[in-house]
Amino acid sequence: MVDSHQKTTDALIELESISKVYDTGSAAMHALRGINLRIFSGEFLAVMGPSGSGKSTCMNILGCLDPPTAGSYRFKGVKVETLSRDQRAILRRHYLGFVFQGFNLLKRTTALENVELPLVYRGIPVAKRREQARQALADVGLTDWASHTTGELSGGQQQRVAIARAIVTQPDVLLADEPTGNLDSARSREVMQLLTRFNRDRGITIVMVTHESDMAAYANRQIHFADGLITQHHQGGR
Amino acid sequence: MLWETIFLALREIRRNVMRSALTTLGIVIGVAAVITMVTLGNGATAQVTSEISSLGSNLLQVRPGQGPRGPGGKRSDAENLKIEDAEAISQEISGLAAVAPVFSQGAQGIYGNENWATTVNGSTNAYLSVRNWTLKKGRNFTDREMRGGRAVCILGETVRDALFGAQNPIGTTIRLEKLSCEVIGVLKSKGQSSMGTDQDDFVLIPLRTIQRRMAGTQHVQDIFISAKDGVSTTKVKADIERLIRERRHIAEDEDDNFAVQDMQEIMSTVTGTTRVLTALLGAVAAVSLLVGGIGIMNIMLVSVTERTREIGTRLAIGALEQEVLMQFLVEAVVLSCFGGLAGIALGLTAARIGAGSLGIPFIFNPGIVIIAFLFSAAVGVLFGYFPARKAARLNPIEALRHE
Ligand SMILES: Nc1ncnc2c1ncn2[C@@H]1O[C@H](COP(=O)(O)OP(=O)(O)OP(=O)(O)O)[C@@H](O)[C@H]1O
Ligand SMILES: [Mg+2]
Repeated sequence: MVDSHQKTTDALIELESISKVYDTGSAAMHALRGINLRIFSGEFLAVMGPSGSGKSTCMNILGCLDPPTAGSYRFKGVKVETLSRDQRAILRRHYLGFVFQGFNLLKRTTALENVELPLVYRGIPVAKRREQARQALADVGLTDWASHTTGELSGGQQQRVAIARAIVTQPDVLLADEPTGNLDSARSREVMQLLTRFNRDRGITIVMVTHESDMAAYANRQIHFADGLITQHHQGGR
Repeated sequence: MLWETIFLALREIRRNVMRSALTTLGIVIGVAAVITMVTLGNGATAQVTSEISSLGSNLLQVRPGQGPRGPGGKRSDAENLKIEDAEAISQEISGLAAVAPVFSQGAQGIYGNENWATTVNGSTNAYLSVRNWTLKKGRNFTDREMRGGRAVCILGETVRDALFGAQNPIGTTIRLEKLSCEVIGVLKSKGQSSMGTDQDDFVLIPLRTIQRRMAGTQHVQDIFISAKDGVSTTKVKADIERLIRERRHIAEDEDDNFAVQDMQEIMSTVTGTTRVLTALLGAVAAVSLLVGGIGIMNIMLVSVTERTREIGTRLAIGALEQEVLMQFLVEAVVLSCFGGLAGIALGLTAARIGAGSLGIPFIFNPGIVIIAFLFSAAVGVLFGYFPARKAARLNPIEALRHE
């Protein structure tokens, strides 16, 4: 690390002129147009903005699920674009938890098994991962639904299973794409309190996309997307 | 991690019962069809071969006229064979074990109240050795009986059973049409031939007896000849043809007006035919194996959307490409092996039942079992693994967005 002294910051996540262009055949779709973003360890960041402004695209890049078209992404100082597929998978496995906008749970699979899955790939023994998965389900209030398949659950319940799956590994960074989108306000508040607790007590860094400003208010920083660019920064909220 | 992967794969199989069952079924049917068809084909070949060889080893047959016999029994231009032809053959041609001239006709056999329509073959003792018959009871003809055309007979098992049942036939007198005839022997049973005819349904009497006292004729219909072991039947056939042409003064440019058939030739033709049939059946069955494979491919392709999403989810959660692939590979291998084993069990059972009801031997052919199994495994792995590999190479997000 010869050039480590040149690093301007010790941010956990550092995006530099990230752009993402989707090739939709007829016309290129510029989903991100060069965004710069730093996220520090222990932050709780809310991402807001109108539909189609590029929030999910940005989250996917942060989650190392999709490569940017241009720009540089450092995670813990490591340039993600220099990593191999497998190295990125290992990075996701050990450092990241992801709540998808569309849940992406396994069908015909019980809630418990879905929540267990990331632990399976971490190589946690059966008994231990069962217990951790049950705890995560309890955290999101689904203890009684552990042995139901995801098809038998309501949208809100599925969303909570997805949250449980993301937090069960106690990741360094939790990336949540509208985690309360399908929940009523009481449930939303519970989930937000859970996330806040995670953030405060365990130091888990959280990046959360939301459309609702009262959810964003739980975060300690807000950013706004518009048309593929970050237009506003707000410090504080709570 | 390998155990974990196998565990994941088994759980996935159990979870998708319908998909797993349909995939397996395609393989089961294909494998079972191939094994049944080929096993039955092999059994039929063995059956025909053993039957032809039971007709007599190194057997040749001289018939009047060329080509197959017409409805009248012989061709109009055919010159009849005579006892003298048989005698000339046995004296002048070397390397022969036995020569049996035969005249036969249908007759009603009668004993007491019992009545049985059968065939009477007139020949000599040589007939027994030429056609591989052995006596179960009694004796064969004496020279005096053969020369003198005495009324004695040897019964095939079917005739004995029909006329005598549990009684001892030896020494009794039966009637064949108008001829009263003493029973001196009974033959060991040979059973049915593959054409379904009962080989035991005949009575053997001396040739002169049938010629003089039943048919009123001088000629014979066939001459059966067996060559000694190790003697070329092709050479014997050529010798006989030359001899009879000489005896009949047939000119160089004239065709034979008789035919010499070599059973070994016929045997190789017939077994050749059944082999072709077996191959044909096998090909048909192989098509069904292929169709089964296409069925599997269909199911895999239909489920590919769902599976691609599943793969995307696993990758997003942190699975390595090779871990996902290993899971799918194990899943495909387990399913195809299971289907293959079930198909082998089903195929062998069906072949055994089929062989039993067709009256042919059940011949276990490990080669075809192994081939069918390997093929099914290959099909399962190919169609289970390659779509998964395609999906596992996508970006997680692309896989998750797959429609
Ligand atoms: N795979 C893709 N192919 C083509 N265009 C895409 C693709 N994914 C996203 N886009 C486009 O990129 C833009 C940004 O999409 P993105 O999903 O990031 O929006 P978003 O801010 O998350 O919206 P929402 O609030 O509705 O979830 C949209 O206009 C969308 O049509
Ligand atoms: Mg979105």
